[in-house]
Amino acid sequence: MTSLVQIRDLRVEATTDSGRTIEIIRGVDLDIAEGEIVALIGESGSGKTTIAMSLMGYARAGCNIVGGSVTVDGVDMVKLSEKDKAAVRGAKIAYVPQSAAAAFNPAIRIMDQVIEVVHIHGVMPLEEARRKAVALFRALSLPNPDSIGERYPHQVSGGQLQRLAAAMALIASPKVLIFDEPTTALDVTTQVEVLRAFKSVISAHRIAGIYVSHDLAVVAQIADRIIVLRNGEVQETGNTADILERPQHPYTQQLLAAVAPHHEPQSDASAAAEALLEVHDVSVGYGPLRSDGQPAIVAVENVSLRVARGRNLGIIGESGCGKSTLARAIAGILPPFAGGVVFDGRELGRSARSRNADQLRQVQIVFQHADTALNPAHTVEDILGRPLTFYHGMPRKQRSARIDQLLDMVKLPRNLRLRRPAELSGGQKQRVNFARALAADPRLIICDEITSALDTVVAAAVIDLLKELQRELDLAYVFISHDLSVVEAICDDIVVMYRGRKIEQITPEAMARPEHPYTQLLLSSVPKLDPAWLDNLRQDPEQVREYCQR
Amino acid sequence: MKHRIASLILARLAIALVTAIIVSFAVFFATAMLPGDTATILLGQAATPEAVEGLRKAMHLDDPAIFRFLRWLAGVVQGDLGVSYANNMPVAKLIGGRLVNTLKLAGLTAIVAVPLALTLGITAAMLRNTLYDRCLTIAVIGIVSVPEFMIATLAVLLFAVYLNWLPAVSFTSEIRTVHDFARAYAMPVVTLTIVISAQMIRMSRAAVIETLNTPYVEMALLKGASRGRLVLRHALPNALGPIVNAVALSLSYLLGGVIIIETVFNYPGIAKLMVDAVSTRDLPLIQSCAIIFCFGFLLLTTTADIIAILSNPRLR
Repeated sequence: MTSLVQIRDLRVEATTDSGRTIEIIRGVDLDIAEGEIVALIGESGSGKTTIAMSLMGYARAGCNIVGGSVTVDGVDMVKLSEKDKAAVRGAKIAYVPQSAAAAFNPAIRIMDQVIEVVHIHGVMPLEEARRKAVALFRALSLPNPDSIGERYPHQVSGGQLQRLAAAMALIASPKVLIFDEPTTALDVTTQVEVLRAFKSVISAHRIAGIYVSHDLAVVAQIADRIIVLRNGEVQETGNTADILERPQHPYTQQLLAAVAPHHEPQSDASAAAEALLEVHDVSVGYGPLRSDGQPAIVAVENVSLRVARGRNLGIIGESGCGKSTLARAIAGILPPFAGGVVFDGRELGRSARSRNADQLRQVQIVFQHADTALNPAHTVEDILGRPLTFYHGMPRKQRSARIDQLLDMVKLPRNLRLRRPAELSGGQKQRVNFARALAADPRLIICDEITSALDTVVAAAVIDLLKELQRELDLAYVFISHDLSVVEAICDDIVVMYRGRKIEQITPEAMARPEHPYTQLLLSSVPKLDPAWLDNLRQDPEQVREYCQR
Repeated sequence: MKHRIASLILARLAIALVTAIIVSFAVFFATAMLPGDTATILLGQAATPEAVEGLRKAMHLDDPAIFRFLRWLAGVVQGDLGVSYANNMPVAKLIGGRLVNTLKLAGLTAIVAVPLALTLGITAAMLRNTLYDRCLTIAVIGIVSVPEFMIATLAVLLFAVYLNWLPAVSFTSEIRTVHDFARAYAMPVVTLTIVISAQMIRMSRAAVIETLNTPYVEMALLKGASRGRLVLRHALPNALGPIVNAVALSLSYLLGGVIIIETVFNYPGIAKLMVDAVSTRDLPLIQSCAIIFCFGFLLLTTTADIIAILSNPRLR
């Protein structure tokens, strides 16, 4: 049997800013049969999106397909002229983008964009296309299918846009569909609904395609086969069940190990131990103060927390729930308009300006994006040296020795100290970012989504590092994340936030049976490595309606 | 949403009004600070101190500056721009015909320059990094770097002196046929077009390239859209705001910045009038010309901002 898609010995080169060419896809073979979904799994930079895009004969700016063939339905896409490629794109092969919010043109109504493919290729009358679009909206369980197309992209939610992007891809009944991390930008509770919609459409239309993702648990729900990629090479290929249960390649095993959370009780300190940080009824907001003393937008409302010495507190919640705002309020970057923060028995000033140097030193914050948190013009040495001078007034020689120590602590080779952030990998940058907080000798570190921008394997290593440092340095963490497995792995207490409020506090042991309905919904929405998870998942529609802004 | 647009536009108009008042204040006091006493200048060196004193009183020159400003402003609002010191004619009358001339030249230049510049800018963005784009970029940068009097003088040298095709100065009073009209306006319009197009070409090219790099344009490409469709349907509507702003800035130059062109071609426009007014120390005339330039500039930038607000789909 000849397959629908045949990729043979695909080679793609990229030109870097400095003009060097590097091979980013090194001879990849891939087959997709009719009606089969193949997942490409790998970390960022493994070339999964590049391979998927080659199906349309497309390479992003700076990349070039230099060798091999990509045969789709008997036609080699690489050899086609630009005009012939355009004739295939959208009609025979369609693309579902990673961020639908960015992929929809803000100036054009949704319906016009959804049926644009029909307009371009003229495959059916526009009236018929509109009717088909509405039918697809309905099949993808979008609200108000008859009128949603009349809106502009900014008027619908992210989860809805992602499904609308799928409708846009399906409108001309393509033979092959490319899903490029279509749920990565979504909250877990939204992801469930979108995955369900994709799955039912895929089986209804017998669609073949590629599903690109870094999330094995998501892929397990959708894909028939999984291809594990690394550095532009195929590491392992197999049926979904085989890969999940009997991974052969060490890298696949590593990936799987990074997904499964392994909680070990961190400390023997009990929750009743002396409090290090207490947050009392803090409310934080943005915008000018109104007449009643409240800001225009209240992002956090009456939240109280307690971090006991030697214990870690996790804060989870979906985007927009106020968790990062709360972190900034504790650190004093964004002063709360009500409530107070008590550290080690003493009340801290609401604003960082009103705290003394020692108070500032003891509470450090590490931001999500090391890329933007580290000054690109400074070397690692400068970055780590600044807090040493600022907080400890260290002389040169001592500072240099301490920088070496700090690099050792975060397991970075000492010879990195003269590099600038742009010359480090994502994981290395996050380690430098963390070492900078350590340089102050803090007692509490607020980690704001510090693993979110990292690949699973790298993130797992960073988490292990945090645990190790905690044992050595007697630190406490406030760990903020939307990723439940990460929080579960490192925290002793977990606070669940929803729309600016703290709704429940639980322990990792109790995560199996939360009390608050939102927590139940949130926890049940996290994909599991079991391929049958999505099919067996039962969520109370009442809860879904109440808590999801789908 | 309609309400939000209205309030945004009202806010923008309010800013324009405040700016207009500040600008008139600045214009009045800047010209008031020019050296020389008006009464002395008017009466000449030989005037007796009593005569000067009498004239000062009659012209309210001894009143506090703020009163003179308010009186002047009230006059401007009512369309009374004062009386020229030099020839005792109402300033409004002096300016009237000249302003029409300048607007004629500006309008003609805009009709030629805007479509030309936008077409060049957008095609350069579409054919980015091709030979066409590179040549255009080099030419544009070259033109930006050459001062306009140089371009004007070279044009006169070439077309009037060597080739003898066109008259060296614009005699607008002798226009009877279309041919006369073309002969009179060709050189000023071409020179001004060259001067103001450069900026518009660069800005529209940059704005379109920026939107061409967005994910939604890539998405359209992957839907099989042609190059023209990508640019015209997807990129251009989103690049409208910055492009309109660049156009407005360039056009506002046509009102105030044409002094050199009008002087070189001896064109009877308002800028030429202002230059003459400076040499005769005719304060009311200088003030009025300056205020007209400022208001024209303000009108164009405000219009551009309002178009940008209206073209923002997020406010629809």
